[in-house]
Amino acid sequence: MSWRLRLWLGFLLAPPLALMTVFVVYPLASAFSYSFYEWNGLARGGFAGLENFRLVLFQEPFSTWTYRAFGHNLIVFCSLMIVQNGLAYLIAFALLKGLPGHRFHQVAVFLPVILSTVIVGFLWKLMLNPIFGLVNQALVAIGLAAWAQPWLGQPTTALGSLIVVNAWHWIGFPVLVFLAAMQRIPREIIEAARLDGAGDAVLMRRVIWPLVAPATTITVVLMFIGSFNWFELPYVMTGLDGSPGGATDVLGLYFYRTAFGNVTSGLQDFGRGSALAVLMFAFIIIVATWWTRVLRRREIEV
Amino acid sequence: MGAATRSEGVRNGLIQLVLLVNALVMLYPIAIMFLSAFKSTAEIYATPFALPQAWSLTNLTTIWAETNFPRYLLNSALITISAVAAILVLGTMAAYAIARYRFWGNEAIYLFFLAGLMVPLKLAIIPLFIQLKTLGLIDSRAGLVLVYAAMGMPATVFILTGFLRSLPGELEQSARIDGASEARILWSIMLPLTRPALVIAGIHAAVPIWNDFFFPLVFVQSDDYKTLPQGLTIFMGEYNTDWGVLFAGLALASLPITLVYIVLSKQFIAGLTQGAIK
Repeated sequence: MSWRLRLWLGFLLAPPLALMTVFVVYPLASAFSYSFYEWNGLARGGFAGLENFRLVLFQEPFSTWTYRAFGHNLIVFCSLMIVQNGLAYLIAFALLKGLPGHRFHQVAVFLPVILSTVIVGFLWKLMLNPIFGLVNQALVAIGLAAWAQPWLGQPTTALGSLIVVNAWHWIGFPVLVFLAAMQRIPREIIEAARLDGAGDAVLMRRVIWPLVAPATTITVVLMFIGSFNWFELPYVMTGLDGSPGGATDVLGLYFYRTAFGNVTSGLQDFGRGSALAVLMFAFIIIVATWWTRVLRRREIEV
Repeated sequence: MGAATRSEGVRNGLIQLVLLVNALVMLYPIAIMFLSAFKSTAEIYATPFALPQAWSLTNLTTIWAETNFPRYLLNSALITISAVAAILVLGTMAAYAIARYRFWGNEAIYLFFLAGLMVPLKLAIIPLFIQLKTLGLIDSRAGLVLVYAAMGMPATVFILTGFLRSLPGELEQSARIDGASEARILWSIMLPLTRPALVIAGIHAAVPIWNDFFFPLVFVQSDDYKTLPQGLTIFMGEYNTDWGVLFAGLALASLPITLVYIVLSKQFIAGLTQGAIK
């Protein structure tokens, strides 16, 4: 390779690699090292070994907060797998028929996806308002006044409401990913199954489901990463403390509060914050990588 | 046969019904948001489902004139445009080198970018904060642009490398024989062909940046540099009880991207699901 070509390649590759190194690699590596130190505000103190990890995992009250938040993330992930990905699969199947208006339905289902979580969160906060919110007003209007309740204000319904809003916001994404995968299944396969007498239910379960396995892999893994990173929606709708009474506290909020403090206490600790970040990071990357491998194994080529 | 077509018809009717209900659930809240922007707060409370009686523009002018909405809008536009420009230029450079040349370390560099796809950069917020502080970039548009540019790089390199690899090699070879320089080949021959992929990559990068709230929340304190989603949180607090103004703020904030989406829905859908669809 001539020196001119080397120079050209260096010119092409150096700036993007430098950017990635300074703003992705270095911060991630630092996050790791930060977790082993004591911190006083922005100043790094002495080496603390595994103390920060011990605090967040085994020391009250931090450990209770950590496990409670983790439990909520787990609930969010499992629920969204059903109400977001599961429903998306059914909607994609309905769109696959190509009935009149299917283009419109695709555009409609994807519209909320392009909106900021801040907009979606505030919109639904207004919709779920106990007195003037549209949801309760609608329930009253159709004679179900008894069902009207302060959705975001009581521990029993707050997290569930956030989950439904999240599904409303993002469902268009898995719908179109599943739909694209379904459309790539050769027509002959579906027609052959139909000739063998397969109805919609059988077709959906026995023929299409295994053939869209790659789409399932990607939607499940992205859902997993997203659920354990969840921050914006609960922040906007139920606040940094995960109100009411921590019923919607998730790891993202808890991590943010630990690292940057909240309005009420103002206390911040970069040490425990970094330890939490490292734990979340390791958990997400390890499980996501492992799960991708497991799911890939069931993918088959057409 | 007749029975079969009839049951087919019933089934299609049912599916159509399900789809219509779904479209209603998706669109109705957004329609309410836009309609309520033209109503007074009292009207919203009293007749939440009705069309506006007077189509009043008061709420919208309040947002535009009495809040810093125009400034937030400008900041969001400046930041998104700069970051996406940086992502496309740097992303094309990296992808072009990876896709069109064979050299030692090629695969490793590609994998380096790919690894970035899985990384939740939010979790590196503490060191990013300290680093921007050290560089004097905290509380500035430039700091956000650089972080966004780095964040968008992996997906862009992934999309563009895939596309550039699919282009035939004869084009460059004949240009090389004609004595064209490498830069000339990239600029005049390959880049025009890459345009459709650049649109997809651009949308894929732009939408999350335009909508982001997390990084400004941590990096930007002074009102001069706040972005639109971040600014929304401020006047949602200020106008707490004035629902007309709140809906107007949400409607106005959604308007730019919604309009672009309606015109370019195909590109948006392709762009945002890119990478998830093989």
